[in-house]
Amino acid sequence: MYVAVKGGEAAIANAHRLLADRRRGDRAVPALTLVQIAGQLALAVDRVMAEGSLYDPELAAMAVRQSRGDLIEAIFLIRAYRTTLPRFAASRPIDTGAMLIERRISATYKDLPGGLLLGPTFDYTHRLIEPEMAEDGAVPAPASRQPADDGPAPRVTDILGDEALIEGDGADDGGEPADLTRSPLAFPASRDLRLQALARGDEGFLLGLGYSTQRGYGRTHPFVGEIRIGEVEVEVDLPEFGFAVTIGRVRVTECQMVSQFTGSKDVPPKFTRGYGLVFGQLERKAMAMSLVDRALRADEFDEERRAPAQDEEFVLAHSDNVQATGFVEHLKLPHYVDFQAELGLLRTMRGDANEDRNQASKIGESEPSALDRGDGSVGE
Amino acid sequence: MSDTTEVSRRAVEGGFADPVFDAQAVFASLLEAMSRPGTIVDFGARCAPPAPLSPAQGAILCALADADTPVSIEGADETLAAWLGFQTSARLAEPDKARFAVTPRFDGTALETFALGTLAYPDRSATLLVEVLSLDSGEPLRLAGPGISGHTVVRIAGLGEAFVAARRANRALDPCGLDLFLTAGTQALCLPRSTIVTEGSRCTLP
Amino acid sequence: MHHPDDTTSSSTLDNGRRRAVSAFAQADAAFLREAWAKLGGSREILPLRGPENGLVMVRGRAGGGGAPFNLGEASVTRASVRLDGAMVGHAMVLGRDGDRATFAAAFDALWQVEAEREGVESRVVAVIETALAEVDRERRSETEATRVDFFTMMRGED
Repeated sequence: MYVAVKGGEAAIANAHRLLADRRRGDRAVPALTLVQIAGQLALAVDRVMAEGSLYDPELAAMAVRQSRGDLIEAIFLIRAYRTTLPRFAASRPIDTGAMLIERRISATYKDLPGGLLLGPTFDYTHRLIEPEMAEDGAVPAPASRQPADDGPAPRVTDILGDEALIEGDGADDGGEPADLTRSPLAFPASRDLRLQALARGDEGFLLGLGYSTQRGYGRTHPFVGEIRIGEVEVEVDLPEFGFAVTIGRVRVTECQMVSQFTGSKDVPPKFTRGYGLVFGQLERKAMAMSLVDRALRADEFDEERRAPAQDEEFVLAHSDNVQATGFVEHLKLPHYVDFQAELGLLRTMRGDANEDRNQASKIGESEPSALDRGDGSVGE
Repeated sequence: MSDTTEVSRRAVEGGFADPVFDAQAVFASLLEAMSRPGTIVDFGARCAPPAPLSPAQGAILCALADADTPVSIEGADETLAAWLGFQTSARLAEPDKARFAVTPRFDGTALETFALGTLAYPDRSATLLVEVLSLDSGEPLRLAGPGISGHTVVRIAGLGEAFVAARRANRALDPCGLDLFLTAGTQALCLPRSTIVTEGSRCTLP
Repeated sequence: MHHPDDTTSSSTLDNGRRRAVSAFAQADAAFLREAWAKLGGSREILPLRGPENGLVMVRGRAGGGGAPFNLGEASVTRASVRLDGAMVGHAMVLGRDGDRATFAAAFDALWQVEAEREGVESRVVAVIETALAEVDRERRSETEATRVDFFTMMRGED
């Protein structure tokens, strides 16, 4: 129960002022600029865009600065901002096959057409803190090599798909995809709705769930078919033009997880797949998403739903960190009246119990208790 | 000049001159008309849409329709589609998908054509815009229900014979059903699904 | 796919405009403003709609090529302008820069003026496309340097 209470206004105003001061910190140190945040903390900005579900690096950088680096707070700010804007249109589905690739790896094929491109990865670093990070030393320009002119690199799943060894992408029935920002989540959820929820879901939550599937809670025996990161064009059909126009480019990470094969008497066995697609360079998130996407497809492959990662209601209802933080953090709000009510109840119960005990001891002296009577009647 | 150019030229004309304030004014009028069924509101010359939309229908769509509200318009052509797209961002859709539908009449078939909402989400129903000859010079109709003290009488010309029976059938779907904006020129009158409409002859006129 | 077949339904003119509009959308505001000072002359840019900020829902496809799903939104700005009471131009660009959208719309309008088209093509569209291609080429070359060249090691008896 909530009851309006007044008071604390001066405290709140001063708390805001103190927050602004602490956020700025030592005035002798230059303030962070948005260009610095977007450029040098780019992966934090990417996470805010992906889970804030709004592609806008500058705005995400502002949110990171305002939230003092608390990314869930920044995501919350972005989500709040997006609710104030009209939606003009939906884009044509982006074509990840036509991506300007900045990184592309596969754990299943070393001789992938188009090749493996490591890109700016942490993977082969030693994970040792580099003393250079304490200074602003010169950084050499990246190496450069004439690109092999072999056209766009096909998605690995298209290559395997040619041999019918892997399930296809599924059909496009031409319907409008479900949109959880417009209609409340309902179960059972369609795959398009699940993918939307996972794309904006909390990285940590999905990482834990993805990990759980590897440890046996809904095992899917996954291989990374391909991860690709890069920019794709966003095309929108606009009635004022009468044709589709490119409005710009966004960077995305795509993960094709190839998972255990399945088949039946009628259908020859083939690999199944999980799919991950997120805004920005967020490899871990895209991988976790593809593992969970695959786990949530249990029914399609007649797999028994036993693990948390296979339970779509559990996964989708708890993957949104703005919802989660709202409900967890609301516990800080004044619950004075609820708590007083519970306290009152507890006191009454104790009082009753004491009285019962006193009564019982008195009654015990004179007649058998209700339980002793054996007639099932307890108390009055 | 190509047809495409003509279509796009028409698309940018005849919308709100001041999108924010015009939309707010039309919204406020509609709120009044919807909360007091039978009240006639006039939007004036805010909007000059292509045929077959009337100025009032254009104003209502400019104020309420957007990219999230598919619109169905009987007899819409390319010019109207482009106008609606530019002015509101709304796309034309099949009648059963429409949140707003412009249709020449309200009768029993409307209840089979448009979305009526569901018990869980009665708001997922269509709002119909029907142009009539006049909102103040037809046979009397008696209105009662929420927003009306006792009852009120309206005189609408050009509703068609099946209107009252269709309203009765619509009312029986409560809480689902269609809401209705009747328009005539620059004027509008609202009949939400909750309004009970009976023929004027059945009651004593004041 | 459920989009109208572009090659048959739109004319060569539309394809040219589409290419130009896509280029304007990817240029920065400073470049467009400077180019407008040179090419727009004394033409007045009359706002018809916007510039206004809004969102576009960016869609992906399940598995990369399957049924579409809603990936997330992107900030966009759109503008429609009329040049000196004549040609109408439109723009939608990623981001929240109203100037960028306004100049992009003005250039769309100017491109449609037949006498101006060649100048806009050569001095704006081509310049933007070349710059974008240069950035892409550089990005590709840097990525190319991280290509893994596998060496097959001898194994077994032979």
